[in-house]
Amino acid sequence: MHKTGVIAQSFKMSIQNIKNNRLRSFLTMLGIIIGVAAVIALITIVQSVTDSVLSKFSGLGAGTLTVSAQGTSLKKGLTDSDIDSLRTINGVDGVSPSVTMTTTAVHENNAFDKIDLEGKDATYFQHNDVIQYGRAFQGSDMSGNTMICIVDNKFIKNAMLDGQVIGSQVKIDGHEYTVVGIKKTDDSVMASLTDTSNSDGTILIPYRNALIMSGNANVSSLSVYAKTGYDTSQLEKELKSALDNIYNNADNSYSVMNMDSLMATMNSITGMMSTMLAGIASIALLVGGIGIMNMMLVSVSERTKEIGLRKALGAEPFRIQAQFLLESIVLSVCGGIIGAALGLLIAFIAATVLKTPFKISLFAVGLGMGFSGAVGIIFGWMPAKRASELNPIDALRSE
Amino acid sequence: MMQDEILSMKGITKDYYLGEELSVVLKGIDLSVEKGEFLAVLGPSGSGKSTLMNIIGCLDVPTDGEYWLSGRLIADEDETSLAHIRSKEIGFIFQSFQLLQRQNAFENVELPLIYANMSDAQRKERVEEMMEKVQLKDKMYHYPNQLSGGQQQRVAIARALATNPTILLADEPTGALDQKTGQQVMDLFHNLNEEGRTIIMITHDAHIASHAKRIVRILDGNISEGVLEDA
Repeated sequence: MHKTGVIAQSFKMSIQNIKNNRLRSFLTMLGIIIGVAAVIALITIVQSVTDSVLSKFSGLGAGTLTVSAQGTSLKKGLTDSDIDSLRTINGVDGVSPSVTMTTTAVHENNAFDKIDLEGKDATYFQHNDVIQYGRAFQGSDMSGNTMICIVDNKFIKNAMLDGQVIGSQVKIDGHEYTVVGIKKTDDSVMASLTDTSNSDGTILIPYRNALIMSGNANVSSLSVYAKTGYDTSQLEKELKSALDNIYNNADNSYSVMNMDSLMATMNSITGMMSTMLAGIASIALLVGGIGIMNMMLVSVSERTKEIGLRKALGAEPFRIQAQFLLESIVLSVCGGIIGAALGLLIAFIAATVLKTPFKISLFAVGLGMGFSGAVGIIFGWMPAKRASELNPIDALRSE
Repeated sequence: MMQDEILSMKGITKDYYLGEELSVVLKGIDLSVEKGEFLAVLGPSGSGKSTLMNIIGCLDVPTDGEYWLSGRLIADEDETSLAHIRSKEIGFIFQSFQLLQRQNAFENVELPLIYANMSDAQRKERVEEMMEKVQLKDKMYHYPNQLSGGQQQRVAIARALATNPTILLADEPTGALDQKTGQQVMDLFHNLNEEGRTIIMITHDAHIASHAKRIVRILDGNISEGVLEDA
């Protein structure tokens, strides 16, 4: 029952004094509440938006290298054997060629001329979770004459495929296809912002069919999936040397995009952004801290007589200082807690509106709380010290 | 030093600088108080009696001279040790009661016990005992503004007694009270003194001083053993 008892008693006295000055204490706290809420809300919002963008990226995503091979005038695109040779590179888990074009589709006399057509192989579906309902394409669908397709919800809506979507017939570029699956819709705000096309919908067909339909012999676009845990920058080097080999080192014949390094860049940009935002919001905390110091100074001068009395009754300077310092810390930490709750609420509302997943950022909460505690100590120190140094005689005499 | 001497002052002086000018408030005070005494320090305002009280109460230290309290030399000690001495040795009673308005009687009496590091249970017991002593046990949870002046001063006396100090030091204890309640406070002082409590009372009122067993007079910073011829 010594120092701890002192702290406990000082704490009790601080709480009592804050209660005695409810309105003033609340207004003082408001500065901290706004500061902490701003820091936490901004960081949390930036972080959940970042996370949702990154998770979208990694969906198509992490460990994926995208090759765009325009080829040379002598050799356009990549042949099947080229692709097979890429599959043998160390660290490659799979290679998925892809054909995209815009074409026409007809369903029960309704014609659509702006259909985004994508040719995909079975490997694509192994690495991308895009099937909402029905089935994906399999290796046995890639002969070139399996007439099946996967449609997205936009097309279903436009073509009014009612009742049983699976099994419906769609005529694509003059050929009858049977719908076997439905593609997931990306319903986040991010996706709708980036979807500027005014197409009538997306249809996936087996890659071989699409290649035939395009009239090209070779593929110019493919995704290379790295084995789990394999260093993608190493794979990128090997992939490039293989492609150089294929195109005899011709310039501008291909480009390789590494999603991992793209994501790392994005991560560092958003990291910088949240730090900057937190820095700006900290100004509010600083102002809040000055508010606390102001209130504590007023409180000390108002209670000069009380301080003198406490000293006469045997309070050591340490106790007086502890009492006032704790009062300032309690004020700012209470403000910090309310601010954190408010900040998270704002972030939650923002996440709901933006349709991004809400994730509590422990970093932001820790920062806000730590900052408010520090503000309490820093800005409470001077008034508390001043109180503890009051001369008891002068203090008792003051009116 | 005498057997029962608890307070001894030898050649106590106190100077203040008021701007450039040196003002000598106490000019060599010699005073000795024994255990169980009831002493009145009588003097008009400006005589230096408040300064003397501050020094006795260890709120201030003398410029020169020796002040012994309970066998301890009170010299230029730091604020923390002075606080410990006040906590242990001195029970203050003020003219204007000096109760914390936002705390009830119980909490006011409890305050010095908190600073004396007493445990919760001990404090409660002690506060109840003191409130009993000043006959206000039934008003223990009243706030100062719910009590009369006489009752407030009795709460203040209970607070002064709580830590069982060596000296009860009262500064014009009846100054803010009417005659009747002032008399009640004096009666209480008598009883406490009968129980063996040492009391030092500072006053400008010869009639109040006459309640004490011994009177010293202070005038212009000098002290003399007094008799009550010209009050």
